[in-house]
Amino acid sequence: MSDAADNRRRRRPPGLAIDSLIDDPGTSVLVCCGSGGVGKTTTAAALGLRAAGRGRRTVVLTIDPARRLAQSLGLKELSNQPKRVSITEFDGGGELHAMMLDMRRTFDDMVLTHAGKERAAAILSNPFYQTISTSFSGTQEYMAMEKLGQLTQDGSWDLIIVDTPPSRSALDFLDAPQRLSTVLDGKIIRLLSAPARAGGRGLRRLVGAGFSLFSKAVSTVVGGQLLADASAFVQAFDSMFGGFRERAEHTYRTLRSPGTAFLVIATPEPDALREASYFVDRLAGEQMPLAGLVVNRTHPIIADLPATTSLAAADELAQRSSNPLTEAILRLHADRVALAERELRLLSRFTKSHPEVAVVGVPALPDDVHDLSGLQEIGHRLASAEPSG
Amino acid sequence: MRASTGEWTEQLARVRLHVVTGKGGTGKTTVAAALALALANEGRRVLLVEVEDRQGIAGVFGTPPLPYSEEHLATGPGGGEVLALAIDAEAALLDYLAMFYNLGFAGRTLRKMGAVEFATTLAPGLRDVLLTGKIKECVGRIDERGRHVYDSVVLDAPPTGRVVKFLDVTRAMADLAKVGPIRSQSEGVVRLLHSGDTAVHLVSLLEELPVRETLEAVAELDAADLRPGAVLVNRVRPTRLPHRSATAAAAGRVDTGRIRAGLETAGLNLDATTIEDLVTETIEHAISVQSETRARVALQQPDLPTLELPEFTQGIDRARLFEFAGTLRDQGVR
Repeated sequence: MSDAADNRRRRRPPGLAIDSLIDDPGTSVLVCCGSGGVGKTTTAAALGLRAAGRGRRTVVLTIDPARRLAQSLGLKELSNQPKRVSITEFDGGGELHAMMLDMRRTFDDMVLTHAGKERAAAILSNPFYQTISTSFSGTQEYMAMEKLGQLTQDGSWDLIIVDTPPSRSALDFLDAPQRLSTVLDGKIIRLLSAPARAGGRGLRRLVGAGFSLFSKAVSTVVGGQLLADASAFVQAFDSMFGGFRERAEHTYRTLRSPGTAFLVIATPEPDALREASYFVDRLAGEQMPLAGLVVNRTHPIIADLPATTSLAAADELAQRSSNPLTEAILRLHADRVALAERELRLLSRFTKSHPEVAVVGVPALPDDVHDLSGLQEIGHRLASAEPSG
Repeated sequence: MRASTGEWTEQLARVRLHVVTGKGGTGKTTVAAALALALANEGRRVLLVEVEDRQGIAGVFGTPPLPYSEEHLATGPGGGEVLALAIDAEAALLDYLAMFYNLGFAGRTLRKMGAVEFATTLAPGLRDVLLTGKIKECVGRIDERGRHVYDSVVLDAPPTGRVVKFLDVTRAMADLAKVGPIRSQSEGVVRLLHSGDTAVHLVSLLEELPVRETLEAVAELDAADLRPGAVLVNRVRPTRLPHRSATAAAAGRVDTGRIRAGLETAGLNLDATTIEDLVTETIEHAISVQSETRARVALQQPDLPTLELPEFTQGIDRARLFEFAGTLRDQGVR
């Protein structure tokens, strides 16, 4: 038996049954998270395609400005509203829709829906609003939550698959909504709007020396104009605050409900698996339902031949300088065994610290994914691959 | 490994701030660390900086998390030295306030009130201005004898998607105060970043998406009048298959009879299934070699010096970083 086959036998985490997960009528939201570059978007799309093929009315919400995803789904582009992917082969009434988050549009729509006409106009034209609606680091995550909230309330979907924002850390997705609402609803911004509410009297007395220090520092650094804009924004936005926070909390609760499943996506690389590990711990800490870990782009060994035997034979051929093709093939195989062993070693570190987490390995495609058949192949590999890749 | 398309230029040898970016997952932290070691040759002092609270440097060097101070990290070849600094925006703001307003004593209060979070929310560019401001201070710092404290600074920068925004201090300043010390300080940062003292290196892999991001980043850097430096191609795999066989194998044509004969010559009698499996592995490999070749051709478009680092299946550790530094020096890094 080869070293790798031995490895595979040694530790086998529970397998992740993708098809039962996406077939389960109780699963209504699937969240794909993980660090950048691990194939979240592709995984989300492949899962969507597979779920639709198995009869579910599915929508994929992607956060990546992924034109290529649109193209591979046969759409010219994705917009802030779900677009139907036209595939004739879906049986059993399944549908696939795809959309891409436009955070500014989502934020604007939210303001227009929840503030009166005049108030909305004041908010939308405020320079501070324009900044936070496009540039604040948590806005995208927040708006992703908002969109998810809208999609769950809409009722027209059996399954919503969310591709989380490419955050600097996988944890931002969980933190950012609260961070944004803390900032907007926080002590400091309250203080800023206090002069108007308190009629400008005795602000200093109300809040003490801390504020004077603070306002000096802030206005020195960011400038008085911005402070004034922020203050105007807060006053216009004030009536929306409650609803704003409530909606975020509602979506947060949805994420904790049994209908939601999180999939942590990684590649067999130390960084990606470390992030995956943090994420798994964090989800457990928040009591959010984790379905399992998807390890993308693994390189399982195909031919059952030990690396040492393969290399010895290659050296033998090199000495006789005969058959360079066979020599190359034997060295390639040894490379592949080494790579597979490294991947298994890295993965086993993860499974040792998280033995309860179901894992599915998705063997790498030799070429990039360009089209529906590529996505279908990924979906197939997701559903059928061996647990440890 | 194939020879690179161009080596480290004279111009790059004069650079004092090396910014290293790349698509997520391309190994930019590893490459930044190797570059810092390569530059720390012969008594030179190099500062390796990170800005995203990821503790990536500590990760690749296998050290405990870095504090907000410049700490010795490694001794380079010929007695050079690499120090490391993890810049934190909050600490940088408090530094700044202490420096200009004597407000350092109030740091704790400000922190408790969430002032930094708040200020960076009001003006999202502020965070980047603070971080780049600190980097500029490190690049420009002079010792008592009037010499630069660091011969060069290597920045493990945000990924390609965010790097131009991060470095484009002029744009970040648009929503900041129009006057005052933070503005004049930023003008210094703008001068440094747009001068020949700074180069932005792009880490790529021989894969379609990283290459695409690299090309987009070069265009974006050009548009922002920032200087692309070198393309650093990471994880280059050895070429095993003879060129002609690779082309044939990618199209699914492998001479199984010839392989069986070869295996027998080497004393290996494998069953038909194992041979078929070896052929499958070979075809997969050949297909990826083809897409690597396409990637390589595309990476030559921006006409930048291109350096390569080999793949190590055993993974990256400290010793490997020194090996990479040597590989970079062999390709002209100085």
